[in-house]
Amino acid sequence: MLIKILMAGFGGQGIMSMGQLLAYSGMLEKKAVAWIPSYGPEMRGGTANCSVTISTSPINSPVVTEPDILVAMNRPSLDKFEDALKSGGKLFINSSLINRSVKRQDIETYYVPANELAGLLSESKVLNMIMMGALLQVAPLVSPMSVMESLRMMLPESKHHLLSLNSRALQMGAAVFKNQTAKENSIVAG
Amino acid sequence: MALVFDRPKSLTDKKFHYCPGCHHGIIHRLAAEALDELNIQQKTVVIASVGCSVLAYDYFDTDAVQAAHGRAPAVATGVKRASPESVVFTYQGDGDLASIGMAEIVHAAARSENITVIFVNNAVYGMTGGQMAPTSLMGQQTSTSPQGRSAESNGYPIRVCELLATLDGPSYLARVSVHDPKHVREAKKAILKAFQMQIQHQGFSLVEVVSTCPTNWHLTPVEALEWLEKKMLKQYPLGVFKKIEGVE
Amino acid sequence: MSLVLKKGNEVVGEAAIRSGCRCYFGYPITPQSELPEYLARRLPQVGGVFVQAESEIAAINMVYGAASTGVRVMTSSSSPGISLKQEGISYIAASQLPCVIVNIMRGGPGLGGIQASQSDYFQATKGGGHGDYRLIVLAPSSVQEIADLVKEGFQLADTYRNPVMILGDGILGQMMEPVDLGSGDVGELPDKPWAARGKKGRRSRNVINSLYLDSEKLEQLNLSLQKKYRLIAERETRAETYLTEDAQIVVAAYGMTARICKEAVDMVRKKGIRAGLFRPITLWPYPEKELRLAAQHSQAVLTVEMSAGQMVEDVRLSLNGEVPVEFYGRLGSMVPSAGEVFEEIQRISKKIGEVK
Repeated sequence: MLIKILMAGFGGQGIMSMGQLLAYSGMLEKKAVAWIPSYGPEMRGGTANCSVTISTSPINSPVVTEPDILVAMNRPSLDKFEDALKSGGKLFINSSLINRSVKRQDIETYYVPANELAGLLSESKVLNMIMMGALLQVAPLVSPMSVMESLRMMLPESKHHLLSLNSRALQMGAAVFKNQTAKENSIVAG
Repeated sequence: MALVFDRPKSLTDKKFHYCPGCHHGIIHRLAAEALDELNIQQKTVVIASVGCSVLAYDYFDTDAVQAAHGRAPAVATGVKRASPESVVFTYQGDGDLASIGMAEIVHAAARSENITVIFVNNAVYGMTGGQMAPTSLMGQQTSTSPQGRSAESNGYPIRVCELLATLDGPSYLARVSVHDPKHVREAKKAILKAFQMQIQHQGFSLVEVVSTCPTNWHLTPVEALEWLEKKMLKQYPLGVFKKIEGVE
Repeated sequence: MSLVLKKGNEVVGEAAIRSGCRCYFGYPITPQSELPEYLARRLPQVGGVFVQAESEIAAINMVYGAASTGVRVMTSSSSPGISLKQEGISYIAASQLPCVIVNIMRGGPGLGGIQASQSDYFQATKGGGHGDYRLIVLAPSSVQEIADLVKEGFQLADTYRNPVMILGDGILGQMMEPVDLGSGDVGELPDKPWAARGKKGRRSRNVINSLYLDSEKLEQLNLSLQKKYRLIAERETRAETYLTEDAQIVVAAYGMTARICKEAVDMVRKKGIRAGLFRPITLWPYPEKELRLAAQHSQAVLTVEMSAGQMVEDVRLSLNGEVPVEFYGRLGSMVPSAGEVFEEIQRISKKIGEVK
């Protein structure tokens, strides 16, 4: 398994920490991982983005130019990176903030109303965990248990009271795609 | 027979290369006497700079580091931070300290690095042959200000002690001269004080010594002393510009 | 072995501490500022010294001063800041002081950009400052290798009394990978009887100096430096090879670019093209013999760099016309993709086929 993921959005959506959390979880599962924050001119602009590579064998290039998975948390990110996604790749869209459907026909698209769901938890900061839950439900790169274990290790103890909230957000994101295919999801979103 | 005059222990036997009437020899001796009297020769590191005193490491019988032009305060910072038990002093001229090394001296003073600086101000670049220095006087003829230093093209001389005295960092700033025995004695006291400040962990200390350069001033040694007294001391008044309280 | 996920820049700092480095002098510049920030936190915890200098020039001269006392000392910067340090680096090399200098390269010339680049190869390996001197230049290509080479760098610096440069790029500095930092038990550091900390009863004075007004003495210094450099060149070359045994085309690249090329090599292998990778780990001394060996059965060597072609000169010098050398580079801070390198290898493969 070698999966390259690109996550993009704007500052404050927790893009960087979502990527780090995924990489950390992969490491706990003894996979090879690499995380790279925004780099290269093709990734400039007002958006924050990072790439994560997870592999069961050593990673050659950690540079992600053609991701297998794209997570677009806002409209500029979708506009910028939609074309970069590998044919047959998976696209996760924050449908709360993105008011257009995708142009590409050769990919699987998953619509996640992340802001609305975060609203249900009265906490906008768990936006990224909702998206992570959805992502891992569809593409089981790492187990949700590893994610929670990583979060416990990454957060300072003073923030550990937020663990249960994050766990609920993770589950809420996963629930979006329980017993549902991408096609059905797109109908729901449409 | 009682020995009344001898070479300080902290000087090597090497003969000074300085020109007749130059004050470097006297200032070297005063610094060496201070090291002897404070019994710190064995733990002293001198930082030699670029200028006439570039060979200072040949004259002081201490460990030494030769620094690039203007960088002696930064080199001294590195030595002192890495080896706090060492006594560290730089020996710098006016071109080195007040021109190319202005950033280094200001910041070493601002950080209150626990080092001592002996700053020899003779208003001219000596080693390179008498070019204008940042401390050259208004109207002073040098090889790069042949018509005399003018405000229009050269700006004004820099008073280092006064400038550094605006900072909170320094513990001791004094300007002295060695143009007669009385002033030599006072200069000695100031240099001793500066080293004592360092030994007592009081932070940055600097003694500016207003000095002659008969060769590049194109004067005889005696005329140079007169010129120093009449012209230099007017621009660079002697005195203590900063002395933190509570230390005797 | 315990793994942590850490940024390359921070790993430089932690590896330095675990190598016995207790002094750091630096000045902020993107994309390496995480390194001084990390050491500003960590060094005081281990009784070390962190000074944010007033300039890069002051920082390297503080390194010169601290190295004069015999401690393990480091500075870091990125391209424009490394240019400013060149004066001090020349003095350090001439005075034969050990230290580690880190350059996390960004695009140039001039103020350039803040993204990754490899355009300081000449500066690092061919001088940079004035005079006949050499730095030992180590080029990691992963976060783990950063940790390993920083440790090795401090050892090499002490062994040869020579400045060592860690030459990375902005991606390596910014990226996170799992890393095993090791115990940090460096054992006893080598004795440095030449250090200037005060005579302490010694008969002779220790003088750290690079001034030799007598030309004959200056020539003697230079001859002894050259002798040392030859010794380093004989003993200390390092390189990684990948699938070069049967390679028709050898791709030569270092640092992050080498990893991109490795992916491209795997891609062309699937198409039946016999390609391999040669990755120098020491950029000076350049692993000439290792390259000749890796390319001995090949019909072409392709050098790939994030520059207009700098290392390619050493590739050509090493091969001395025995194998044709091609070059592919991206400039500014553009990163070549594995796909681009894949195309390039295919193009060369076709060319070789036509010649046959």
